[in-house]
Parts: sequence; C-alpha cells; structure tokens
Amino acid sequence: MIALMREQWDLLLENRWLVPILLVIGFGLAFAIPEYNLLSVYVQLILMYAGINIILAVSLNLVNGYMGEFSLAHAGFMAVGAYTAVLLTMKVFPVAGFPFLFPCAVFAGGLAAALLGIIVAIPSFKVRGDYLAIITLAFLMIVKSLIENIDFIGGPRGISGIMKLTTLPWVFFWTVALVWMVRNFIYSKYGRGVLSIREDEIASDLMSVNTRHVKFFAFMLSSFCAGIAGALFAHLLQFISPRIFDITKSTDILIMVYLGGIASIGGSILGATLFTVLLELLRPSTMAALLSWLPSFVFEPLNEHFISHLGVWRMVIMPLALILVMLYWPRGIMGLREFRGFIPRRDREAHHYINPQGEEPDGATDRR
Amino acid sequence: MSDEVVYWLQQTLNALQLGSIYALIALGYTMVYGILTMINFAHGDVFMIGAFFCFLLSSMLGLTFAPTLLLTMLGTALLGVVIERLAYKPLRQAPRVSAIITALGVGLFLENFTLALSPYPKHIPMLLENVTWNLHGISLSSIQAVIISLSLGLMLLLDYIVHRTSIGMAMRAISWDKTYVPLMGIPVDLIISITFAIGAGLAGAAGTMYALAYPVIDPYMGITVGWKAFICAVVGGIGNIRGAMVGAFILGGVEIMVVAFFPSTYRDFVAFTLLMLLIVIRPYGILGKPRIQKV
Amino acid sequence: MALLTAAKVGHQFGGLCAVADFNLELHHGDLMAVIGPNGAGKTTVFNLITGVYRATEGSICFKGTELVGKNPNQIAALHIGRTFQNIRLFRDLSVLDNVRIAHHAQINYTPLEGLLHLGRYRREEQRIIDNSRLLLAIFKLEHLAGETAKNLPYGLQRRLEIARALAISPELLLLDEPAAGMNPNEIDQLMALIQWIRQEFKLTILLIEHQMKLVMGICERIKVLDFGVTLAEGPPKMIQNHPKVLEAYLGEIPDG
Repeated sequence: MIALMREQWDLLLENRWLVPILLVIGFGLAFAIPEYNLLSVYVQLILMYAGINIILAVSLNLVNGYMGEFSLAHAGFMAVGAYTAVLLTMKVFPVAGFPFLFPCAVFAGGLAAALLGIIVAIPSFKVRGDYLAIITLAFLMIVKSLIENIDFIGGPRGISGIMKLTTLPWVFFWTVALVWMVRNFIYSKYGRGVLSIREDEIASDLMSVNTRHVKFFAFMLSSFCAGIAGALFAHLLQFISPRIFDITKSTDILIMVYLGGIASIGGSILGATLFTVLLELLRPSTMAALLSWLPSFVFEPLNEHFISHLGVWRMVIMPLALILVMLYWPRGIMGLREFRGFIPRRDREAHHYINPQGEEPDGATDRR
Repeated sequence: MSDEVVYWLQQTLNALQLGSIYALIALGYTMVYGILTMINFAHGDVFMIGAFFCFLLSSMLGLTFAPTLLLTMLGTALLGVVIERLAYKPLRQAPRVSAIITALGVGLFLENFTLALSPYPKHIPMLLENVTWNLHGISLSSIQAVIISLSLGLMLLLDYIVHRTSIGMAMRAISWDKTYVPLMGIPVDLIISITFAIGAGLAGAAGTMYALAYPVIDPYMGITVGWKAFICAVVGGIGNIRGAMVGAFILGGVEIMVVAFFPSTYRDFVAFTLLMLLIVIRPYGILGKPRIQKV
Repeated sequence: MALLTAAKVGHQFGGLCAVADFNLELHHGDLMAVIGPNGAGKTTVFNLITGVYRATEGSICFKGTELVGKNPNQIAALHIGRTFQNIRLFRDLSVLDNVRIAHHAQINYTPLEGLLHLGRYRREEQRIIDNSRLLLAIFKLEHLAGETAKNLPYGLQRRLEIARALAISPELLLLDEPAAGMNPNEIDQLMALIQWIRQEFKLTILLIEHQMKLVMGICERIKVLDFGVTLAEGPPKMIQNHPKVLEAYLGEIPDG
C-alpha cells in the first residue's frame, strides 16, 4: 500500500506539467489573496517578507554554500539595490512622467548591486577564505558610511515616505524568477565551476575551469539578487536608512542559509521561511494572539512575565538559536542535499546507472 | 616651539591614546587567530562587556580605579574562557566557517543580552581625577597618561609572556602545529584557554580605559571599535603580536589625521577603504609572512 | 616538429633553486619518464609546464605557443592534462561531476544561455554528459557515476583522476606518480591501462614515477633529475647503467 502510494508520488514528481501547474496556481493565489482578502494583511506581509528572504538566502548560498567563500556583504548589496530603486521611484520616474515602472526600478536596483559586486569579485581572484570575508565586511562598512555621508539621499536619517509598491504578485514573480535563475546557474558549467572552486581551486584551474570568469559571474548573480531583494524590501517597509542594512542584516541572512543547509536551494528556501515565521511568532503581539485561547488564569501570568518581554528577548533568542544550530546541527536541515524537484531532469538522469537488469541503485539522486 | 610642531605633537599624543586602546583589543584577535586560525568575531563585544563590568564595579560597588581595572580584567578573562569552552571548543574539528558563524552569533548574543538588561546608555563616574598638564602648549591629561602608560605596560608584559616564558613557547608551538604538539606533552586545551583568557582580559582592560576616556557606554559600542581593532590586527599581519601593536598605532594615527582634515563622519570610510586596499595588495599584513601553497 | 619544447627553464623559490637549465623535447606519441630522488624538482617541472608556477627563466613551447605567463586554465584549454601526486579530486562532488567539470573549456555557451537554460545549453550539456559517461565506461566507473568521489576506494580514485585528466581531451598527458601506493599486481594493470589510453587517445605522455618496474617497462625515454639539474637522458637501457644516475641513487661508488 505504502509502496504503491510512493510509486504514485514518484510519478507525480516526474510529471512534466507539475512545475508549470504549481506556478500557475501560485500566481493565481498571489493575485487572489490581496484582491479578495483571503488572508489577513499581516499574514500577507509575512508572506512577502518570506519571499524576499528566500531570494536573499538562495543568492547568499551561491557564494557561501556552493563556492565555499564567506561573504558578509549581502546587506551592502541590498542597500545599493534599495537606494537605487527608491531614487528612481521617488525622484526620477515621477519627474520623467512615468510613475508605474516599478519593475524597471527593481531591475535597475539589481543591476546597480551587480555592478558593485565587481568590487568584491575582483579581489576574490587573488584573496580567499578569511581575507575575502574581511573584504566583504569592509565593503559593507564602506557602503554604509558612504550612504551616511551623502546628504542628497538623507544621510544617516535615511529616506521615508516611500510608496508601497511591493505587492504579493511582484514578490512571487521575483522570487520564482530569481530562484529559477540561480538554480539554472548552479546546474550549468559555471555552477559546476563554482563547486569545483569550493573543492579545490588549484585543481579546478588545472582542469580548464576559468576560475576568474566563474567567480565573476557568481558574485554578479548573487549581488544582483540581493539588490533586487533590497529594492523590494524598501518598497515594502517604506523607509530605508543605513542602519537597516548593517551587519545584523547580513547575519540574519547567514542564519537562514546555515539553518537551511549549505549548497542546497531547497534548504535555503526552508531556512528563509522558517526564520521569517519564527521571528514573527516571537513578536509579543503575535504570540499573545496565538495563545489567547488559553484560559485566562494561565494566559494572564504568561502574558505578564513572558510574552510581553519577548520584544527584547527575541533578539537574544535568534543568535542563541544560531549557535545551537552550529553546535548540534552543523549541516543544517538540508546540508549538501537537494530536493529532487530542483535538480534538472537531465542532470538527475545522468547520475543514474541503468545496469542490464534495468534496476537503479538507491540514493543516486543524492547530489553531494 | 612653533604652533605647527605643537599641533602635530598634540595630534600624535591623541593618536597614541586611540592606538593603545585599539592595540589592546587587536592583541586578542591576533592571539586567537594565531593559535586557532579562527577570527573571533565576538571579541569586540567582550570589550563592550568589559566597559559594562567597569560600570557595575565603579558605580554600583563604588570601587576605585585600580580594583575596578583588575576585577574587570578578571571578569572578562573568565567570560573569554567560558565562551571558548562552550561555543568554540566543540567546533575545533568542524569546518572553519562554522566557528566564524558561531563567533558572530556569540557577539550578537552578548550585544542583545546586554541591551535586554540595560536598554539605555550608561554614564561611568569619574574614576580618576582629571588633571591637565601643559607642556609648552601641548596638553596632556592624566587620563591620557594613564591609558598610554598602562597599555604600553600591558603590551610589554604580553610580549614577555609570549616570547620568554614556557606558556608563551607552548602557544607559539600550537600555532605552528596542532597534531604533534600534544604528543610533546603540551596541554593544548589548557594553553588555548589561557590564550582566550589573556586576550579577553586585555579587552577588559581596553573596555575600562575606553570608559575612562569616553564615559558614555552602550551595548553596541563594541561593534565599531571591535572591527577597527580587527583591522589593526590584519594591517599588522594577523597572528603576529607585534604586528597588531604596529597596526593599532598606524590606524590610530590615520584616524586622527582624517578627523583633522575631513569631517569626522569620513573616519570609518577611510579606515575600511584602507583595509580593503591593504588586503588586496599585501594580504599577509605589514609584519606577516606570505604562506606558499604546495601543489 | 616537437610537440613540447622546454628550453633553459629555471625556477627559484626565494633563493632556493628548484629547477635549473631544464631542457626537454617531446614529440607526438612519446612516452617519457622523469625520475630522480625526492626533492629533485620533478613535480616542479610539471607545475611549470601547467602554469601553477611561472618559470623565472627560459621558455616552454607547446605546438608553437609560449606557455610561460599563461594561467593554468588557459594551458589546460590547450589540451594539456595532468594528475596529481597526492590525489586531488573534487572530493564532495559526484564521480560524474568530477569528469564533467574538466570539460569546462570545451563547453560553448554564454552565461546568459546558462542562466536561462536556453539554446545551446541543452545540446552542449547532453554532449558533455554523453562524453563523460563514455569516459567513465572506459575506466569501468560508470556504475559509480552518482557516487561521491571521496567514497571511492584508493585505486578507483586514481583511475578517476586519469579519467578526469582525459576529459580535457589532452594531446599531452602529465602523470604525477600514477603508481604511488599500488601493489605489483595493480602496477601491471596500470601499465596496461597507460599503454592502452596512449593508443586509443593518441596521447603523448610524460610521467613521474618511482616504481622502476613501470618506468623501465613502458617508457621509451627517461630523464633523470637531481637537485633541479638534469643528470642524464636516454633509453632505459642506458639509464640503468649510467654512472651518474647510480651515484645519485646509491651514493658514490668507490673505485675498484
């Protein structure tokens, strides 16, 4: 019985139409939810943050997980994308007379971040490991202090009054598009080059991998995604300042990546979703709303002594969670493994061995 | 003396003060890196905790400067050992990245924990009588004198420990090799703990002195100062103790000069640009030596 | 015309002279060995040819192209393949991916096509997969295509390394101690394998080896290095009785 169900499940997963159908349903929902208020505004907000976080985690995983480098610069790329897009939607587009070109602004934000990605990519040709981590950190600090010193974009005060242009369909679109692109990149010759650099850079160079090209494109793609996420984030929060994009933001993304597991797209999606939801659950108001069904003699003291203090303590709980994950679960949820659905069919089949009896050994889809 | 010379001597004095605080923190980074090749990103926050210890001891218990300094150093040294034993030791065999991320987590934890307990900035009472001497137009405050002389004393002491004692010899041996050193009868775990204790103790001293010079402290003060000290360690060649001191005085000097000529908000920008350029041009620092990779 | 010409090549590490006045001429189809005591500079010669180190003196020409100053990946793209003394596979990747990665320079599609999985991407990827599986089949590794490289036993890892080197479709193959750690039986198999791939892929092979059985058994010419200096060069028979070589290996032989 179970075997039969499993077979059916496998067949379903193998179905060529599965992904397009799921995408269409997802898009339909993304339009329908805000239109007919199927979910509360708060839940919609969480969904959008989850989407943005997925973009961030997947793109950071490209550098930290697949390439094995350690980048802290992601918040900096987010800032570049956010400020570029906001400048376009607030200062340029209205003056130029076309106010509704939000996707263009987001794309421009991504491009600007990708261009700055070169600043990190070029040192990475020579410098590796700890020193590259320091360079990414320095990049983040430089971006932050530059923004603080430019009065035109609000300096340390930031920009407020940004239009709320990020909507659920847009987040859905960008998330799907970018995750798809990163996945495609990983399963191309460049992605394999990235993996081989992680394993042994000298050997990969000697095996004809143009390591400079590969690193260049990987950093560009990763920062492009971060820029887009930053642009979406800015138009959702409606306020940006250099303080939002500091090292804490980069650390948040690191937590998502390592919680979900390195070198795994599925893991990053899980990690980002889990992180977003957990952080929201730890908000006093959410926690109180969730536990309000408890009888009042339980709820009242709980609320007074525990829930109402969560606002401060959740920022203590998150790093503690990160430390515990690293100590007891260093590979995260999906470390180095991948959901079958994310591996291109051609790649999966190439790894199978079909012996004369037509049987396949188990575990052949484990791509490690 | 002409005004020009007086001005520059004054700036040099200021640079020395800033540099000695950086140096005390940078030493902790560089010692841990030297022995474990691990960047202890939580070190700046140990410095912050040191400043808060100083606050507790001086304003709550009303202690004077000398016991405050000693107890703070002791407290942070203990904290350093606890962090090492609980968070880093289990990861010694794990991939390097795990340790770095754990260190980041420990740092965030210390910051937010302190913030949860003490949400507002704290004022440190005057621990030392502040007298300002005037030597031919150069003003030297007693606090400056204490900071500079104490830091230099601590650095000389550390240099002596590392280069002249058996503990220091064991440290240097472990930094070269971790597989065979235990076979020579060196208690590796103990030596690593001592390294963390010394590094954290120096950070505690730095916290106290920082609080002397700039008496308003808050839980996030460790971030910027910590990163700056880390830059010093890298500039001097991370893992190299004398390098960390040299790097600290260079950065102190550069920062004072930037503030003298530009708006002070450009200080971080210059410091980090310098760091980036240096790593690209000379990754192993001023006193460090390049490592050759075997094929 | 010579396939590979090295003329007066020298290399120094700091003040230490690793290789001096190294000359080499390889023709199509040659099978040559470089031997010498440990630290004689043999692997340095390989590293100079493949671009890991940049020769401080002299020139190395491959089919008329100067190699000194080129990156390792550019040199590999000219179809010079190599293996390593201590195995350097991509340990955490699958056996198939190890071989596929070495095709990098032969895959023709732009990053954009790779990003969108369009156009040439599909054709090229399929071609590479087919070629990789063919290579794995030749080395009897096909049933392990999905296995992680580090899980293979030592002997298979050595074979996989040769398969990977062949994936860049080399004209010149450099084997660095291919028989290290093998027993006599395995060495026999390896000798047969080397001769077979040499025929099948029309290779020119330069190898470093300590196992005299292999060197004397299949190599046509032998070059002896000691302290970076060439002691002797010639066919196995001549090297076997060369006084300088005996001296380097056995110490000075007293007269009488």
